[in-house]
Amino acid sequence: MSGSALASASAAITEPRPWRLLLTLSAVALAALLLLAPIAAVFAEALREGPLTALRSLGAPDAVSAILLTLGIALVAVPVNAAAGIAAAWAIAKFDFRGKAALVTLIDLPFSVSPVVAGLALVLLYGANGLFGGWLAAHELKIVFALPGILLATLFITFPFVARELIPVMVEQGRAEEEAALTLGASGWHMFRTVTLPNIRWALLYGVLLCNARAMGEFGAVAVVSGKIRGQTTTMPIMIEMLYNEYLSVAAFSMAALLAVLALVTLALKSLLEWRHAGLLAATRRH
Amino acid sequence: MHIEIDEIAKNFRGTAALHPVSLAIPSGAMVSLLGPSGSGKTTLLRIIAGLEQPSSGRLLLDGRDATGVPVRKRRAGFVFQSYALFRHMTVFENIAYGLRARPRRRRPAESEIARRVGHLLELIRLPQIAGRFPSQLSGGQRQRVALARALATEPGMLLLDEPFGALDAQVRRELRQGLRDIHDETGLTTVFVTHDQEEALTLADRVAVMSMGRIEQAGTPEEIRHRPATQFVRDFILDAQPAPARIDSGPAFAEKDGAGLLRP
Repeated sequence: MSGSALASASAAITEPRPWRLLLTLSAVALAALLLLAPIAAVFAEALREGPLTALRSLGAPDAVSAILLTLGIALVAVPVNAAAGIAAAWAIAKFDFRGKAALVTLIDLPFSVSPVVAGLALVLLYGANGLFGGWLAAHELKIVFALPGILLATLFITFPFVARELIPVMVEQGRAEEEAALTLGASGWHMFRTVTLPNIRWALLYGVLLCNARAMGEFGAVAVVSGKIRGQTTTMPIMIEMLYNEYLSVAAFSMAALLAVLALVTLALKSLLEWRHAGLLAATRRH
Repeated sequence: MHIEIDEIAKNFRGTAALHPVSLAIPSGAMVSLLGPSGSGKTTLLRIIAGLEQPSSGRLLLDGRDATGVPVRKRRAGFVFQSYALFRHMTVFENIAYGLRARPRRRRPAESEIARRVGHLLELIRLPQIAGRFPSQLSGGQRQRVALARALATEPGMLLLDEPFGALDAQVRRELRQGLRDIHDETGLTTVFVTHDQEEALTLADRVAVMSMGRIEQAGTPEEIRHRPATQFVRDFILDAQPAPARIDSGPAFAEKDGAGLLRP
């Protein structure tokens, strides 16, 4: 959609060539300075003592456990939030009901609340002296300083990503196509699978990738509830901080580089999919 | 399919979109719901299709109470004002959608689906466009594809919401005749919503004039034209009478009936 808008704008709005060059170059330079340089520095630091040392630090038992924990958390948090995000976006875009504005604001809450506050809230609710602390202790359930706490914190922080991506797309598309499918005899599930899902797949994919990157990278909220027990409740970002504080900078930056690689892989995956389906994308984006 | 609307009313959050209205639509007829925007005509059409539930009243299809029957079991072919073609499917897939959505034991074989889609593309006189996407079609083509898609499932009735609203005058005239031909060929009970008096009076067998959620008058175009029952119908129809040519500002066009007749 932005492609055609740009094409039509460029006819009316023109800049002299030197200006265009200058603007483009400064944008690229700024992006390189602010985005690429830090990532490059992380990789340089990780590989300072050679790739073998970096790999060996990642193979340490505590490091492996942190990597597995982070991947496991993302593996649960992303599908749960994708499903919840689709449901919320569906309700907001396709139905009129009282409290719709309140629901939209609620979805934005994790964006506006500091992650540390979110983590503290979990401690207040489920901690030893928390609201449900007594009940949980009586049933020998451990949430804070254990896996469920980390999962809850991650779910809270990453909740908005999928819904936020889907809501504008679904609002713009309206519900006429879904209604058309129903009048043609489709069941609710068939309609969702053949009409709704294909129409939102790109926004959904983008939301899932953002959600995944944040689920793996979340630090603040997880730091409060994790308890930082090595080999048990340390995720990759927590592990990085601990290693860094212990002056194990190669190990810290190797882990940081791996986290960056995981994020870059998801971005590359998205670009690849967009590139592969560019033609279809252009045909179906606008009616 | 005989459609009987029995004292149907609809409220949206306390405001009445439809006061209790009753209307009988005989099998095989072509009926227009005519009225200005906000008159409740689209709401009534959507209730017939099952896309809205009435707040009170009953809908009878062929004499059977169909008020609670879900949309997908009503056998109503619906053409949306925006056409609502599936944007990620080709024209062929759009038209085949209803047949492919059937449970497996009632689903025709792919060869049969292809045959039927081909036949429908002939019917709407667009045999060449099966492989295109909706975004590659003109407004008139989209409208016809939406019509073919609605007809593909062999519905018991055909419901159209402002079917010609978004089209220019020339295309509109062609498509009106096309719809009339398809109706006469298939004998489908057809209900269309319009705010265009001329369209309703020239195309439909029977017209129900609506205003403020009520049916002001239902009758043949002849009756509506010559014996308007209420002041509203009188005023509303008056706008549709052939416009007298204006001679006070140079040459003028008498635009009605599309003749574009130039008067001195």
